[in-house]
Amino acid sequence: MGMTITEKILARHAGLPAVKPGDLVECRVDMLFANDITAPLAIQQFERIGVDRVFDPDRVAFVLDHYSPAKDIASAEQCRITREFVRKHGLPHFYDVGRAGVAHVLLAEEGFVLPGELFVGADSHTCNHGALGAFATGVGSSDLAAAMATGRLWFRVPHTLKFVFKGTLRPWVTGKDLVLRVIGDIGVDGARYAAMEFSGPVLQQLSLDERFSITNMAVEAGAKNGIMEPDEVVLEWVQLRARRPFEPVYGDSDAEYAAVYEYDVTDMEPVVAAPPSPDNVVPVTEVQGVRVDQCFIGTCTNGRIEDLRQAARVLAGRRVHPEVRLIVIPATPHVYRQALEEGLIQIFLEAGAAVSTATCGPCIGGHMGVLADGEVCVSTSSRNFIGRMGHRGSRVYLSNPAVAAAAAVAGKIVHPAEVVGSPVAV
Amino acid sequence: MEFQGRAHRLGDHIDTDLIIAGRYLVTTDPQRLAEHLFEDLDPALRSRIRPGDILVAGENFGQGSSREHAPLAILGAGVRVVVAASFARIFYRNAFNNGLVLLECPEAAQSVQDGDGLRIVPETGEIRNLTRNQVYRARPIPPFMQQLVEAGGLIPYVQQRLRILR
Ligand code: SF4
Repeated sequence: MGMTITEKILARHAGLPAVKPGDLVECRVDMLFANDITAPLAIQQFERIGVDRVFDPDRVAFVLDHYSPAKDIASAEQCRITREFVRKHGLPHFYDVGRAGVAHVLLAEEGFVLPGELFVGADSHTCNHGALGAFATGVGSSDLAAAMATGRLWFRVPHTLKFVFKGTLRPWVTGKDLVLRVIGDIGVDGARYAAMEFSGPVLQQLSLDERFSITNMAVEAGAKNGIMEPDEVVLEWVQLRARRPFEPVYGDSDAEYAAVYEYDVTDMEPVVAAPPSPDNVVPVTEVQGVRVDQCFIGTCTNGRIEDLRQAARVLAGRRVHPEVRLIVIPATPHVYRQALEEGLIQIFLEAGAAVSTATCGPCIGGHMGVLADGEVCVSTSSRNFIGRMGHRGSRVYLSNPAVAAAAAVAGKIVHPAEVVGSPVAV
Repeated sequence: MEFQGRAHRLGDHIDTDLIIAGRYLVTTDPQRLAEHLFEDLDPALRSRIRPGDILVAGENFGQGSSREHAPLAILGAGVRVVVAASFARIFYRNAFNNGLVLLECPEAAQSVQDGDGLRIVPETGEIRNLTRNQVYRARPIPPFMQQLVEAGGLIPYVQQRLRILR
Protein backbone atom coordinates (compact mmCIF):
# COMPACT_ATOMS: atom_id res chain seq x y z
CA MET A 1 0.00 0.00 0.00
CA GLY A 2 1.25 3.49 -0.85
CA MET A 3 1.86 6.33 1.55
CA THR A 4 0.67 9.93 1.66
CA ILE A 5 3.21 12.75 1.63
CA THR A 6 2.84 13.07 5.41
CA GLU A 7 3.46 9.36 5.99
CA LYS A 8 6.44 9.39 3.65
CA ILE A 9 8.12 12.31 5.37
CA LEU A 10 7.60 10.71 8.78
CA ALA A 11 8.93 7.35 7.51
CA ARG A 12 12.00 8.99 6.06
CA HIS A 13 12.73 10.80 9.32
CA ALA A 14 12.14 7.69 11.40
CA GLY A 15 14.54 5.72 9.20
CA LEU A 16 11.81 3.25 8.32
CA PRO A 17 10.80 1.95 4.90
CA ALA A 18 7.12 2.55 5.68
CA VAL A 19 4.78 3.79 8.38
CA LYS A 20 1.01 3.68 8.74
CA PRO A 21 -1.53 5.76 10.63
CA GLY A 22 -1.46 5.01 14.34
CA ASP A 23 2.22 3.97 14.43
CA LEU A 24 4.28 5.62 17.16
CA VAL A 25 7.60 6.64 15.64
CA GLU A 26 10.65 8.55 16.78
CA CYS A 27 11.76 11.01 14.14
CA ARG A 28 14.81 13.09 13.42
CA VAL A 29 13.93 16.79 13.47
CA ASP A 30 15.41 19.01 10.74
CA MET A 31 14.66 22.37 12.34
CA LEU A 32 12.93 23.68 15.44
CA PHE A 33 11.99 26.99 16.97
CA ALA A 34 10.30 28.70 19.89
CA ASN A 35 8.93 32.21 20.45
CA ASP A 36 9.10 34.65 23.37
CA ILE A 37 6.14 32.97 25.12
CA THR A 38 7.14 29.36 24.68
CA ALA A 39 10.94 29.68 24.77
CA PRO A 40 11.36 30.53 28.48
CA LEU A 41 9.52 27.36 29.46
CA ALA A 42 11.40 25.33 26.85
CA ILE A 43 14.70 26.71 28.16
CA GLN A 44 13.71 25.87 31.73
CA GLN A 45 12.90 22.30 30.67
CA PHE A 46 16.04 22.04 28.54
CA GLU A 47 18.13 23.02 31.55
CA ARG A 48 16.35 20.43 33.67
CA ILE A 49 17.36 17.74 31.20
CA GLY A 50 20.92 18.61 32.05
CA VAL A 51 22.68 18.39 28.68
CA ASP A 52 25.15 21.21 28.11
CA ARG A 53 24.44 22.00 24.50
CA VAL A 54 21.65 21.96 21.95
CA PHE A 55 21.87 19.05 19.50
CA ASP A 56 22.78 21.33 16.57
CA PRO A 57 22.93 25.12 16.95
CA ASP A 58 22.31 25.53 13.22
CA ARG A 59 18.91 23.83 13.48
CA VAL A 60 17.48 25.88 16.33
CA ALA A 61 15.85 29.29 15.91
CA PHE A 62 14.33 31.70 18.42
CA VAL A 63 11.97 34.46 17.34
CA LEU A 64 10.58 37.13 19.66
CA ASP A 65 7.21 37.96 18.14
CA HIS A 66 4.28 37.73 20.55
CA TYR A 67 4.93 40.37 23.21
CA SER A 68 7.86 41.97 21.52
CA PRO A 69 8.82 44.81 21.49
CA ALA A 70 8.14 44.07 25.15
CA LYS A 71 4.69 45.23 26.25
CA ASP A 72 5.44 45.42 29.97
CA ILE A 73 8.05 44.52 32.53
CA ALA A 74 6.96 40.90 32.84
CA SER A 75 7.24 40.29 29.10
CA ALA A 76 10.56 42.13 29.00
CA GLU A 77 11.86 39.64 31.58
CA GLN A 78 10.59 36.73 29.46
CA CYS A 79 12.34 38.10 26.36
CA ARG A 80 15.54 38.46 28.36
CA ILE A 81 15.52 34.77 29.33
CA THR A 82 15.64 33.85 25.66
CA ARG A 83 18.29 36.46 24.83
CA GLU A 84 20.57 35.20 27.60
CA PHE A 85 20.15 31.59 26.57
CA VAL A 86 20.96 32.41 22.96
CA ARG A 87 24.12 34.25 23.98
CA LYS A 88 25.24 31.58 26.41
CA HIS A 89 24.94 28.86 23.77
CA GLY A 90 26.15 30.99 20.87
CA LEU A 91 23.05 30.23 18.80
CA PRO A 92 23.22 31.87 15.37
CA HIS A 93 19.53 32.06 14.46
CA PHE A 94 18.01 34.56 16.84
CA TYR A 95 15.53 37.24 15.78
CA ASP A 96 15.01 40.18 18.09
CA VAL A 97 13.24 43.55 17.74
CA GLY A 98 13.81 45.13 14.35
CA ARG A 99 14.85 41.88 12.71
CA ALA A 100 12.08 39.76 14.15
CA GLY A 101 8.77 39.09 12.50
CA VAL A 102 5.89 36.74 13.11
CA ALA A 103 7.89 33.51 13.29
CA HIS A 104 5.91 31.43 10.83
CA VAL A 105 6.24 34.01 8.10
CA LEU A 106 9.83 34.87 8.95
CA LEU A 107 11.28 31.37 9.16
CA ALA A 108 9.88 30.36 5.77
CA GLU A 109 11.13 33.62 4.29
CA GLU A 110 14.58 32.98 5.76
CA GLY A 111 14.83 29.57 4.11
CA PHE A 112 14.75 27.44 7.27
CA VAL A 113 11.81 25.30 6.15
CA LEU A 114 12.27 23.07 3.15
CA PRO A 115 10.16 20.61 1.15
CA GLY A 116 10.39 17.07 2.46
CA GLU A 117 11.72 18.18 5.83
CA LEU A 118 10.38 17.79 9.35
CA PHE A 119 9.90 21.02 11.27
CA VAL A 120 8.61 21.47 14.80
CA GLY A 121 7.83 24.70 16.58
CA ALA A 122 6.64 25.58 20.04
CA ASP A 123 3.64 27.33 18.54
CA SER A 124 0.45 25.76 17.29
CA HIS A 125 0.48 27.51 13.91
CA THR A 126 3.73 25.81 12.94
CA CYS A 127 1.46 23.76 10.64
CA ASN A 128 1.71 26.89 8.46
CA HIS A 129 4.78 25.51 6.70
CA GLY A 130 3.01 22.58 5.12
CA ALA A 131 2.41 24.82 2.09
CA LEU A 132 6.07 24.18 1.27
CA GLY A 133 5.62 20.41 1.29
CA ALA A 134 7.19 19.98 4.73
CA PHE A 135 5.79 18.09 7.69
CA ALA A 136 5.42 20.90 10.19
CA THR A 137 3.64 20.71 13.51
CA GLY A 138 3.22 22.65 16.72
CA VAL A 139 4.33 21.20 20.05
CA GLY A 140 4.59 22.45 23.60
CA SER A 141 7.67 23.70 25.36
CA SER A 142 8.66 20.38 26.94
CA ASP A 143 8.54 18.59 23.61
CA LEU A 144 10.62 21.37 22.13
CA ALA A 145 13.15 21.07 24.96
CA ALA A 146 13.42 17.33 24.36
CA ALA A 147 13.97 17.92 20.64
CA MET A 148 16.48 20.65 21.39
CA ALA A 149 18.49 18.23 23.53
CA THR A 150 18.25 15.14 21.35
CA GLY A 151 17.31 16.25 17.82
CA ARG A 152 14.51 13.72 17.95
CA LEU A 153 10.85 13.60 18.88
CA TRP A 154 8.08 10.98 18.99
CA PHE A 155 5.00 11.24 16.81
CA ARG A 156 1.88 9.25 16.27
CA VAL A 157 1.50 8.90 12.51
CA PRO A 158 -1.73 10.74 11.67
CA HIS A 159 -4.37 9.53 9.25
CA THR A 160 -4.80 11.88 6.30
CA LEU A 161 -7.90 13.77 5.20
CA LYS A 162 -7.68 15.06 1.65
CA PHE A 163 -9.32 18.27 0.45
CA VAL A 164 -9.55 18.81 -3.30
CA PHE A 165 -10.44 22.26 -4.66
CA LYS A 166 -11.82 22.49 -8.19
CA GLY A 167 -13.40 25.25 -10.24
CA THR A 168 -12.57 28.93 -10.60
CA LEU A 169 -12.32 31.45 -7.81
CA ARG A 170 -14.42 34.58 -7.93
CA PRO A 171 -12.87 37.97 -7.21
CA TRP A 172 -12.29 38.65 -3.50
CA VAL A 173 -12.34 34.95 -2.66
CA THR A 174 -8.96 33.90 -1.26
CA GLY A 175 -7.11 30.99 0.28
CA LYS A 176 -8.35 32.20 3.67
CA ASP A 177 -11.95 31.78 2.52
CA LEU A 178 -11.24 28.23 1.35
CA VAL A 179 -9.76 27.15 4.66
CA LEU A 180 -12.51 28.87 6.66
CA ARG A 181 -15.06 27.09 4.53
CA VAL A 182 -13.42 23.73 5.23
CA ILE A 183 -13.24 24.42 8.98
CA GLY A 184 -16.89 25.49 8.90
CA ASP A 185 -17.79 22.19 7.26
CA ILE A 186 -15.78 19.76 9.36
CA GLY A 187 -15.74 21.70 12.67
CA VAL A 188 -13.00 22.64 15.10
CA ASP A 189 -12.31 18.99 15.81
CA GLY A 190 -13.09 17.66 12.34
CA ALA A 191 -9.43 16.85 11.71
CA ARG A 192 -8.38 16.08 15.28
CA TYR A 193 -5.03 14.23 15.27
CA ALA A 194 -5.18 14.08 11.45
CA ALA A 195 -3.09 15.40 8.59
CA MET A 196 -5.00 17.73 6.27
CA GLU A 197 -3.73 17.46 2.72
CA PHE A 198 -4.87 20.17 0.32
CA SER A 199 -4.80 19.70 -3.42
CA GLY A 200 -6.61 20.35 -6.68
CA PRO A 201 -6.22 22.78 -9.57
CA VAL A 202 -7.45 25.79 -7.59
CA LEU A 203 -4.23 25.81 -5.57
CA GLN A 204 -2.41 26.80 -8.77
CA GLN A 205 -4.64 29.88 -8.98
CA LEU A 206 -3.43 30.94 -5.57
CA SER A 207 -0.26 32.80 -4.70
CA LEU A 208 2.04 30.99 -2.30
CA ASP A 209 1.06 33.58 0.32
CA GLU A 210 -2.57 32.50 0.03
CA ARG A 211 -1.61 28.85 0.24
CA PHE A 212 0.13 29.54 3.54
CA SER A 213 -3.16 30.90 4.91
CA ILE A 214 -4.67 27.49 4.22
CA THR A 215 -2.09 25.25 5.87
CA ASN A 216 -1.69 27.83 8.64
CA MET A 217 -5.25 27.21 9.85
CA ALA A 218 -5.18 23.41 9.78
CA VAL A 219 -4.83 23.54 13.56
CA GLU A 220 -8.18 25.32 13.79
CA ALA A 221 -9.74 22.05 12.64
CA GLY A 222 -7.69 20.20 15.26
CA ALA A 223 -5.17 18.84 12.74
CA LYS A 224 -1.62 17.82 13.49
CA ASN A 225 -0.39 19.24 10.21
CA GLY A 226 -1.62 20.77 6.98
CA ILE A 227 0.29 19.95 3.84
CA MET A 228 0.43 20.45 0.06
CA GLU A 229 2.65 18.71 -2.45
CA PRO A 230 5.28 21.20 -3.63
CA ASP A 231 4.79 22.43 -7.21
CA GLU A 232 6.99 24.60 -9.44
CA VAL A 233 5.93 27.78 -7.65
CA VAL A 234 7.06 26.37 -4.31
CA LEU A 235 10.30 24.89 -5.59
CA GLU A 236 11.31 28.15 -7.27
CA TRP A 237 10.45 30.17 -4.18
CA VAL A 238 12.38 27.83 -1.90
CA GLN A 239 15.43 27.59 -4.21
CA LEU A 240 16.00 31.30 -3.73
CA ARG A 241 16.10 30.97 0.03
CA ALA A 242 17.06 27.44 1.03
CA ARG A 243 19.85 27.19 3.59
CA ARG A 244 20.45 23.53 2.90
CA PRO A 245 20.02 21.14 0.02
CA PHE A 246 16.66 19.39 0.16
CA GLU A 247 14.75 16.59 -1.46
CA PRO A 248 11.01 17.09 -2.03
CA VAL A 249 8.62 14.28 -1.17
CA TYR A 250 5.42 13.36 -3.00
CA GLY A 251 2.67 10.99 -1.99
CA ASP A 252 2.15 7.65 -3.75
CA SER A 253 -0.68 7.42 -6.26
CA ASP A 254 -2.14 4.52 -4.28
CA ALA A 255 -1.89 6.28 -0.93
CA GLU A 256 -4.84 5.75 1.40
CA TYR A 257 -6.90 8.60 2.75
CA ALA A 258 -9.27 8.36 5.69
CA ALA A 259 -11.63 10.65 3.76
CA VAL A 260 -11.62 12.80 0.62
CA TYR A 261 -13.59 16.04 0.43
CA GLU A 262 -14.17 17.68 -2.93
CA TYR A 263 -15.03 21.33 -3.33
CA ASP A 264 -16.23 23.22 -6.37
CA VAL A 265 -15.24 26.75 -5.45
CA THR A 266 -16.86 28.45 -8.44
CA ASP A 267 -19.90 29.82 -6.60
CA MET A 268 -18.11 30.58 -3.36
CA GLU A 269 -18.33 34.00 -1.79
CA PRO A 270 -15.95 35.52 0.74
CA VAL A 271 -16.81 34.14 4.17
CA VAL A 272 -16.23 35.11 7.78
CA ALA A 273 -16.01 33.07 10.96
CA ALA A 274 -18.40 34.69 13.39
CA PRO A 275 -17.62 34.71 17.13
CA PRO A 276 -16.77 32.78 19.16
CA SER A 277 -15.40 29.90 17.10
CA PRO A 278 -13.40 29.51 13.87
CA ASP A 279 -15.93 26.96 12.60
CA ASN A 280 -18.82 29.40 12.84
CA VAL A 281 -18.45 30.20 9.14
CA VAL A 282 -21.02 32.12 7.07
CA PRO A 283 -20.92 34.02 3.76
CA VAL A 284 -19.94 37.62 4.37
CA THR A 285 -23.32 38.76 3.03
CA GLU A 286 -25.06 36.91 5.85
CA VAL A 287 -23.55 39.16 8.51
CA GLN A 288 -23.36 42.35 6.47
CA GLY A 289 -24.28 45.44 8.41
CA VAL A 290 -22.67 44.31 11.67
CA ARG A 291 -21.03 47.45 13.07
CA VAL A 292 -17.31 47.26 13.81
CA ASP A 293 -14.99 49.15 16.15
CA GLN A 294 -11.64 47.84 15.00
CA CYS A 295 -10.15 46.03 12.03
CA PHE A 296 -6.85 44.22 12.11
CA ILE A 297 -4.82 43.11 9.10
CA GLY A 298 -1.74 41.06 9.88
CA THR A 299 -0.63 37.81 11.65
CA CYS A 300 0.89 34.54 10.52
CA THR A 301 -2.34 33.80 8.69
CA ASN A 302 -2.64 36.99 6.64
CA GLY A 303 0.30 39.32 7.22
CA ARG A 304 2.17 38.60 3.98
CA ILE A 305 2.71 40.88 1.01
CA GLU A 306 -0.13 39.46 -1.07
CA ASP A 307 -2.48 40.04 1.88
CA LEU A 308 -1.40 43.66 2.15
CA ARG A 309 -1.88 44.10 -1.59
CA GLN A 310 -5.43 42.81 -1.32
CA ALA A 311 -6.16 45.19 1.54
CA ALA A 312 -4.59 48.09 -0.35
CA ARG A 313 -6.79 47.39 -3.36
CA VAL A 314 -9.77 48.19 -1.14
CA LEU A 315 -8.19 51.06 0.78
CA ALA A 316 -6.56 52.95 -2.10
CA GLY A 317 -8.04 56.43 -2.28
CA ARG A 318 -10.45 55.72 0.58
CA ARG A 319 -10.54 56.60 4.26
CA VAL A 320 -11.11 54.48 7.31
CA HIS A 321 -14.56 55.13 8.79
CA PRO A 322 -14.35 57.80 11.53
CA GLU A 323 -15.57 55.39 14.21
CA VAL A 324 -13.21 52.55 13.27
CA ARG A 325 -9.56 51.92 14.12
CA LEU A 326 -7.63 50.05 11.44
CA ILE A 327 -4.38 48.39 12.48
CA VAL A 328 -2.08 46.98 9.82
CA ILE A 329 0.93 44.90 10.82
CA PRO A 330 3.20 43.53 8.09
CA ALA A 331 4.32 40.17 9.42
CA THR A 332 8.06 40.66 8.93
CA PRO A 333 10.53 43.48 8.28
CA HIS A 334 10.90 42.07 4.77
CA VAL A 335 7.16 42.28 4.12
CA TYR A 336 7.18 45.78 5.60
CA ARG A 337 9.97 46.92 3.29
CA GLN A 338 8.29 45.43 0.25
CA ALA A 339 5.00 47.09 1.17
CA LEU A 340 6.86 50.36 1.50
CA GLU A 341 8.47 49.95 -1.91
CA GLU A 342 5.15 49.08 -3.52
CA GLY A 343 3.50 52.15 -2.03
CA LEU A 344 1.13 50.11 0.15
CA ILE A 345 2.22 51.69 3.42
CA GLN A 346 1.45 55.09 1.93
CA ILE A 347 -2.04 53.87 1.03
CA PHE A 348 -2.60 52.59 4.57
CA LEU A 349 -1.37 55.79 6.19
CA GLU A 350 -3.41 57.99 3.89
CA ALA A 351 -6.46 55.92 4.69
CA GLY A 352 -5.92 56.62 8.39
CA ALA A 353 -4.59 53.22 9.46
CA ALA A 354 -2.01 52.60 12.16
CA VAL A 355 0.95 50.65 10.77
CA SER A 356 3.16 48.84 13.25
CA THR A 357 6.48 47.07 13.38
CA ALA A 358 6.19 43.30 13.01
CA THR A 359 4.59 41.53 15.99
CA CYS A 360 1.69 39.19 16.66
CA GLY A 361 0.20 42.25 18.32
CA PRO A 362 -3.55 42.25 18.87
CA CYS A 363 -3.99 38.66 17.59
CA ILE A 364 -3.44 37.29 21.08
CA GLY A 365 -5.00 40.15 23.02
CA GLY A 366 -1.85 41.30 24.74
CA HIS A 367 -1.00 44.66 23.23
CA MET A 368 -1.25 46.83 20.13
CA GLY A 369 -5.03 46.99 19.97
CA VAL A 370 -6.70 45.13 22.84
CA LEU A 371 -10.51 45.15 22.67
CA ALA A 372 -12.85 46.60 25.30
CA ASP A 373 -16.07 44.99 26.53
CA GLY A 374 -18.66 44.81 23.76
CA GLU A 375 -16.29 45.89 20.98
CA VAL A 376 -16.37 44.18 17.60
CA CYS A 377 -13.27 43.48 15.53
CA VAL A 378 -12.89 42.12 12.02
CA SER A 379 -9.52 40.41 12.03
CA THR A 380 -7.46 38.50 9.48
CA SER A 381 -6.12 36.26 12.24
CA SER A 382 -7.06 32.67 12.91
CA ARG A 383 -8.84 32.55 16.27
CA ASN A 384 -11.93 34.28 17.56
CA PHE A 385 -12.37 32.45 20.84
CA ILE A 386 -13.91 34.30 23.77
CA GLY A 387 -11.41 36.83 25.11
CA ARG A 388 -8.84 36.07 22.43
CA MET A 389 -8.27 39.70 21.49
CA GLY A 390 -9.22 41.37 24.75
CA HIS A 391 -12.24 41.55 27.06
CA ARG A 392 -14.34 38.40 27.24
CA GLY A 393 -17.26 40.53 26.12
CA SER A 394 -15.52 41.57 22.88
CA ARG A 395 -16.31 39.80 19.62
CA VAL A 396 -14.08 38.87 16.69
CA TYR A 397 -15.01 38.04 13.10
CA LEU A 398 -12.28 36.29 11.12
CA SER A 399 -11.96 37.23 7.47
CA ASN A 400 -9.65 37.71 4.52
CA PRO A 401 -7.71 41.01 4.23
CA ALA A 402 -10.05 42.60 1.66
CA VAL A 403 -13.10 41.97 3.84
CA ALA A 404 -11.32 43.46 6.87
CA ALA A 405 -10.28 46.51 4.83
CA ALA A 406 -13.80 46.94 3.45
CA ALA A 407 -15.25 46.81 6.98
CA ALA A 408 -12.77 49.46 8.07
CA VAL A 409 -13.97 51.79 5.31
CA ALA A 410 -17.68 51.07 5.67
CA GLY A 411 -17.75 50.93 9.48
CA LYS A 412 -19.65 47.67 9.19
CA ILE A 413 -19.20 44.26 7.61
CA VAL A 414 -19.73 44.40 3.83
CA HIS A 415 -18.69 42.53 0.72
CA PRO A 416 -15.49 44.23 -0.55
CA ALA A 417 -17.09 44.65 -3.97
CA GLU A 418 -19.57 47.01 -2.37
CA VAL A 419 -16.80 49.31 -1.24
CA VAL A 420 -14.75 49.10 -4.39
CA GLY A 421 -17.66 49.14 -6.84
CA SER A 422 -16.12 46.72 -9.23
CA PRO A 423 -13.03 44.64 -8.60
CA VAL A 424 -9.77 46.20 -9.71
CA ALA A 425 -7.80 44.08 -12.16
CA VAL A 426 -4.69 42.50 -10.67
CA MET B 1 -1.91 5.57 41.29
CA GLU B 2 -5.40 6.63 42.30
CA PHE B 3 -7.24 9.93 42.37
CA GLN B 4 -10.25 10.92 44.39
CA GLY B 5 -11.97 14.28 44.21
CA ARG B 6 -14.92 16.44 43.37
CA ALA B 7 -15.93 16.94 39.75
CA HIS B 8 -16.27 20.25 37.93
CA ARG B 9 -18.29 20.01 34.74
CA LEU B 10 -17.03 21.92 31.69
CA GLY B 11 -18.47 22.08 28.18
CA ASP B 12 -17.24 21.13 24.70
CA HIS B 13 -14.30 22.69 22.85
CA ILE B 14 -12.82 24.49 25.86
CA ASP B 15 -9.87 26.26 24.25
CA THR B 16 -6.52 27.23 25.69
CA ASP B 17 -7.52 30.91 25.71
CA LEU B 18 -10.36 30.00 28.07
CA ILE B 19 -8.04 27.87 30.19
CA ILE B 20 -5.47 30.65 30.49
CA ALA B 21 -5.91 33.87 28.51
CA GLY B 22 -3.06 35.09 26.30
CA ARG B 23 -2.60 38.25 28.31
CA TYR B 24 -1.35 36.24 31.30
CA LEU B 25 1.38 34.37 29.44
CA VAL B 26 4.08 36.54 30.91
CA THR B 27 5.08 34.00 33.53
CA THR B 28 5.77 30.27 33.62
CA ASP B 29 4.99 29.89 37.32
CA PRO B 30 2.09 27.40 37.72
CA GLN B 31 0.80 29.11 40.87
CA ARG B 32 0.64 32.53 39.26
CA LEU B 33 -0.92 31.12 36.10
CA ALA B 34 -3.49 29.28 38.22
CA GLU B 35 -4.75 32.59 39.61
CA HIS B 36 -6.30 33.23 36.19
CA LEU B 37 -7.41 29.69 35.36
CA PHE B 38 -10.69 29.71 33.39
CA GLU B 39 -11.07 33.45 33.97
CA ASP B 40 -12.72 34.16 30.60
CA LEU B 41 -14.87 31.03 30.79
CA ASP B 42 -16.43 31.85 34.15
CA PRO B 43 -14.71 34.34 36.45
CA ALA B 44 -16.22 32.64 39.52
CA LEU B 45 -15.07 29.13 38.61
CA ARG B 46 -11.49 29.45 39.84
CA SER B 47 -12.53 30.08 43.44
CA ARG B 48 -14.61 26.88 43.45
CA ILE B 49 -11.72 24.65 42.34
CA ARG B 50 -9.82 23.10 45.26
CA PRO B 51 -6.66 21.03 45.20
CA GLY B 52 -7.49 17.44 44.33
CA ASP B 53 -10.61 18.33 42.35
CA ILE B 54 -11.20 16.69 38.98
CA LEU B 55 -12.22 18.40 35.74
CA VAL B 56 -14.75 16.64 33.52
CA ALA B 57 -15.13 18.17 30.07
CA GLY B 58 -16.83 17.42 26.77
CA GLU B 59 -15.28 17.12 23.31
CA ASN B 60 -11.91 18.51 22.18
CA PHE B 61 -10.74 19.86 25.52
CA GLY B 62 -7.67 22.09 25.17
CA GLN B 63 -8.05 23.09 21.54
CA GLY B 64 -6.09 26.05 20.27
CA SER B 65 -2.61 27.19 21.09
CA SER B 66 0.44 25.17 22.05
CA ARG B 67 0.86 27.05 25.32
CA GLU B 68 2.08 24.62 27.94
CA HIS B 69 0.89 27.27 30.37
CA ALA B 70 -2.56 25.65 30.01
CA PRO B 71 -1.76 22.32 31.70
CA LEU B 72 0.54 24.19 34.09
CA ALA B 73 -2.30 26.50 35.16
CA ILE B 74 -4.48 23.44 35.80
CA LEU B 75 -1.72 21.74 37.78
CA GLY B 76 -1.09 25.00 39.64
CA ALA B 77 -4.67 24.87 40.89
CA GLY B 78 -3.97 21.44 42.35
CA VAL B 79 -5.88 19.47 39.71
CA ARG B 80 -4.03 16.27 38.78
CA VAL B 81 -6.45 14.61 36.39
CA VAL B 82 -8.85 15.68 33.64
CA VAL B 83 -11.56 13.48 32.15
CA ALA B 84 -13.07 14.45 28.78
CA ALA B 85 -14.93 12.96 25.85
CA SER B 86 -11.87 13.86 23.75
CA PHE B 87 -8.77 16.04 23.87
CA ALA B 88 -7.02 18.32 21.38
CA ARG B 89 -3.67 16.91 20.36
CA ILE B 90 -1.11 19.49 21.46
CA PHE B 91 -2.81 19.82 24.83
CA TYR B 92 -2.74 16.03 25.14
CA ARG B 93 1.02 15.90 24.65
CA ASN B 94 1.65 18.90 26.90
CA ALA B 95 -0.44 17.46 29.72
CA PHE B 96 1.30 14.09 29.85
CA ASN B 97 4.68 15.74 29.37
CA ASN B 98 4.02 17.60 32.62
CA GLY B 99 2.43 14.75 34.52
CA LEU B 100 -1.18 15.90 34.20
CA VAL B 101 -3.17 12.72 33.65
CA LEU B 102 -5.86 12.76 30.94
CA LEU B 103 -8.55 10.15 30.50
CA GLU B 104 -10.78 9.90 27.47
CA CYS B 105 -14.24 8.79 28.52
CA PRO B 106 -17.33 9.99 26.62
CA GLU B 107 -19.56 8.12 29.06
CA ALA B 108 -18.24 9.98 32.08
CA ALA B 109 -18.41 13.25 30.15
CA GLN B 110 -22.12 12.60 29.71
CA SER B 111 -23.07 11.32 33.12
CA VAL B 112 -20.96 13.16 35.68
CA GLN B 113 -22.61 16.18 37.27
CA ASP B 114 -21.03 19.17 38.94
CA GLY B 115 -19.93 18.28 42.46
CA ASP B 116 -20.04 14.48 42.02
CA GLY B 117 -17.37 12.59 43.94
CA LEU B 118 -15.11 10.53 41.68
CA ARG B 119 -12.47 7.90 42.26
CA ILE B 120 -10.16 7.21 39.32
CA VAL B 121 -7.59 4.49 38.66
CA PRO B 122 -5.71 5.57 35.51
CA GLU B 123 -3.98 2.20 34.99
CA THR B 124 -7.27 0.40 34.50
CA GLY B 125 -9.24 3.38 33.22
CA GLU B 126 -11.86 2.85 35.88
CA ILE B 127 -13.82 5.95 36.92
CA ARG B 128 -16.12 5.40 39.85
CA ASN B 129 -18.84 7.95 40.51
CA LEU B 130 -19.24 7.77 44.29
CA THR B 131 -22.22 10.15 44.31
CA ARG B 132 -24.27 8.29 41.69
CA ASN B 133 -22.88 4.84 42.28
CA GLN B 134 -21.88 4.41 38.65
CA VAL B 135 -18.72 3.06 37.02
CA TYR B 136 -17.37 4.29 33.68
CA ARG B 137 -14.57 2.82 31.62
CA ALA B 138 -12.10 5.26 30.13
CA ARG B 139 -9.99 4.33 27.14
CA PRO B 140 -6.77 2.90 28.63
CA ILE B 141 -3.82 5.28 28.59
CA PRO B 142 -1.46 4.26 25.74
CA PRO B 143 1.60 2.39 27.07
CA PHE B 144 3.95 5.16 25.98
CA MET B 145 1.95 7.75 27.93
CA GLN B 146 1.96 5.38 30.88
CA GLN B 147 5.76 5.35 30.69
CA LEU B 148 5.81 9.14 30.66
CA VAL B 149 3.59 9.32 33.72
CA GLU B 150 5.69 6.70 35.51
CA ALA B 151 8.89 8.56 34.70
CA GLY B 152 7.35 11.74 36.11
CA GLY B 153 6.91 13.54 32.79
CA LEU B 154 8.83 13.99 29.56
CA ILE B 155 11.93 15.63 31.00
CA PRO B 156 12.82 12.81 33.43
CA TYR B 157 11.94 10.38 30.64
CA VAL B 158 14.42 12.05 28.27
CA GLN B 159 17.02 12.07 31.02
CA GLN B 160 16.60 8.30 31.41
CA ARG B 161 16.82 7.79 27.65
CA LEU B 162 19.96 9.88 27.35
CA ARG B 163 21.58 7.89 30.14
CA ILE B 164 20.80 4.66 28.29
CA LEU B 165 22.13 6.02 25.01
CA ARG B 166 25.39 7.13 26.54
S1 SF4 C 1 0.08 35.92 14.72
FE1 SF4 C 1 -1.42 35.15 16.17
S2 SF4 C 1 -1.78 33.04 15.59
FE2 SF4 C 1 0.10 33.69 14.55
S3 SF4 C 1 1.76 33.08 15.92
FE3 SF4 C 1 1.21 35.17 16.46
S4 SF4 C 1 -0.30 34.98 18.12
FE4 SF4 C 1 -0.15 32.99 17.11
